[in-house]
Amino acid sequence: METPENNKVNAPAGAAPAAGARPAAVRPAAPAAPAQPAKNLCEPKTVEPAALRKEMERLRRDEQMDFLECLTGMDWGEEGGLGVIYHLESTATGKRVALKTATTDREHPYLPTVSDLWDIANIYEREVYDFYGIIFTGHPDMRRIFMREDWVGFPFRKDSNPEKDNPLRMTNEPLTDLAPCYTLEADGTVRRSETPIFGEDDYVVNLGPQHPSTHGVLHFRIKLEGETIKKVDPILGYIHRGVEKLNESLTYPQTLALTDRLDYLGAMQNRHALCMCIEQAMGVEVSERVQYIRTIMDELQRIDSHILFFSCLCQDLGATTAFLYGFRDREKILDIFEETCGGRLILNYNTIGGVMADIHPNFVKRVKEFIPYMRHNIQEYFDVFINNVIFRNRAEGVGVLSKEQVISFGCTGGTGRASGWHNDVRKRMPYAMYGKVDFKEITRTEGDSFARCMIRMDEILESLNIIEQLIDNIPEGPFQEKMKPIIKVPEGTYYSAVEGSRGEFGVLLESRGDKFPYRLHYRSTGLPLVAVMDTACSGNMIADLITIGGTVDYVVPDIDR
Amino acid sequence: MMKRPKIKSIPYDDFKDNETFEKLVEELNAGGANVIVRKLDDLIDWGRSNSLWPLTFATSCCGIEFMAVCAARYDIARFGFEVTRNSPRQADVILVSGTITTKMAPVLKRLYDQMADPKYVVAIGGCSISGGPFTKSYHVVKGVDQVIPVDVYVPGCPPRPESFLYGMMQLQRKVKVENFFGTTNRKEKDPISRAEQREKDEIILSEEEKA
Ligand code: SF4
Repeated sequence: METPENNKVNAPAGAAPAAGARPAAVRPAAPAAPAQPAKNLCEPKTVEPAALRKEMERLRRDEQMDFLECLTGMDWGEEGGLGVIYHLESTATGKRVALKTATTDREHPYLPTVSDLWDIANIYEREVYDFYGIIFTGHPDMRRIFMREDWVGFPFRKDSNPEKDNPLRMTNEPLTDLAPCYTLEADGTVRRSETPIFGEDDYVVNLGPQHPSTHGVLHFRIKLEGETIKKVDPILGYIHRGVEKLNESLTYPQTLALTDRLDYLGAMQNRHALCMCIEQAMGVEVSERVQYIRTIMDELQRIDSHILFFSCLCQDLGATTAFLYGFRDREKILDIFEETCGGRLILNYNTIGGVMADIHPNFVKRVKEFIPYMRHNIQEYFDVFINNVIFRNRAEGVGVLSKEQVISFGCTGGTGRASGWHNDVRKRMPYAMYGKVDFKEITRTEGDSFARCMIRMDEILESLNIIEQLIDNIPEGPFQEKMKPIIKVPEGTYYSAVEGSRGEFGVLLESRGDKFPYRLHYRSTGLPLVAVMDTACSGNMIADLITIGGTVDYVVPDIDR
Repeated sequence: MMKRPKIKSIPYDDFKDNETFEKLVEELNAGGANVIVRKLDDLIDWGRSNSLWPLTFATSCCGIEFMAVCAARYDIARFGFEVTRNSPRQADVILVSGTITTKMAPVLKRLYDQMADPKYVVAIGGCSISGGPFTKSYHVVKGVDQVIPVDVYVPGCPPRPESFLYGMMQLQRKVKVENFFGTTNRKEKDPISRAEQREKDEIILSEEEKA
């Protein structure tokens, strides 16, 4: 038996938890309502639409709120109206604010745009327009983004019936070349104008929706000049599954099932985020054992995702051998997952108040075997691919993003950290065991494709360090708190975030005290990464789009949700 | 201690037992078969069934499992499926792995139409069979068989690599009993035949004009 690194309760490796560790009756039932406000309760300050621009400009300029974390469309019904919740953060001071605004005019809902203050707002506001029909005055490009352009109605409105109005259309989808823009005139009327997206003589190439290296079904319209990219116009929604809308008719335990399927390479973390959000909102404390297990699982998932990132990047660039090397190691992690969770990809492991089943008796042993194995094998990745001069030439100095750009586009995760932005949620807002373990936040400053690749390789090693610190010390305790059969979250708006495999994965939950969420919005990690493609690719060669797209590392079902 | 469940492999007889095939063979041989042609058929089908080229088509989670099947441990090359093609014009079989949304459906149909005959469709995972966990969603097609005809269904969410292989082997069996010369094999109708398609288009167009 190894000596424990600190004096935590030492769970013997390979031993099953004692029978006494079963959850039943160990703890009292969770209190119905917490005495103090929940940890993740956010009380957005209400701002009138007329005053919104001024307030936003003040926050952006005077308070340096340069990171628009999340922008959520809302339908508060007849009285509350249609509106938006904004989450802002200052990268300099770490201060966070939440604002909300709404308009009660359901026929012609107009709100002012903030897309000139934060680049990412451009795509977020298009999303809100697509789902709720809110028109942002002054926005340069009010097209739909997920739905087909001939879609009828706005699916997320509470009074809409999208399925009735929209039978399966087998016609080719229409694609407009004109971007509508709505301007608020001085006399209060709104004028509609249209600007062309591509000029008459532009040479436009379509990439996708079915293309092997877009990592899913993603469609880019690319304007070229010779071989140089001038503009990238992403068209999304080919895998929009309406998860957020579906959630509104599911009970809380049911909503969990869909999170794994968003970013399937961050299944653990996504579900962790939602469970954590609900637990904190209800004031449930999970046992330390669960915190340990969740942290270890999250890190294993991160390694899994980064290995897959490496494999796919190799595959896209034609290095099939390296792809096989990556998958060989990934199978080891999947074996560990499979023993405990029963699944390989879709794991369904976290639950509200704990985890689905206790860790398998082999878990600790397997993980401990995996750590040196991976440390050794990662060297091969460098030998066969990363140190190869072909890859170096295709990645170094290509697709450079500056720190200002990644912040303005909200590109969290490895893409942001490759440009020098310290955005790791595990450091910014520690959760689970991350406050107690010792680990570095990996950052680089080059901001090119190579840096983005190296960040992920280094993160594999750092994740191994985190696991190593925890694996010997998993304390005894119940793996599941006793919960009521029907879970109801007290009224309020809650926001929790975790560091997913490719950035901040946030959950915004608005509850009205029912057993169904009123609104459940996920801050997608991938949407900002697709939004930044235009900036990252412009000026580069068309072949570099594959490298850049591969290294920013998006997963399409997570973008489209 | 946790007990390890005992997993039995599928018995040989069960593997061979498939009513659909028996019916198919019966139908194909209903009028009797020419000895020479049948022998030639057998030879060609044997070759075809062991070199089915799939189209790389993956929309979501199930696609990752497809990658795992292609990689070292499960090694799809053992069955002759490893030549994944990126162009539908060179592919024999389309593995629909992942959710098909209503926006994607026309694209999928077009991919299918671009493939050269004889062509096969395997629906992988709950999503492509019936819409899976998203069947209540407004933007998900409730089964690809509403759009293109399906030969083999592989259930699971995602199906395990072993089920992938099992499904593919069933497809091989299907290919092996087919006639290559003379008769047509494909009796099932395209779910959306061209005439219906045109009709539908017209309705949508006229509705658009009215609006
Ligand atoms: S069947 Fe399951 S794993 Fe496959 S695409 Fe659908 S949700 Fe994903």
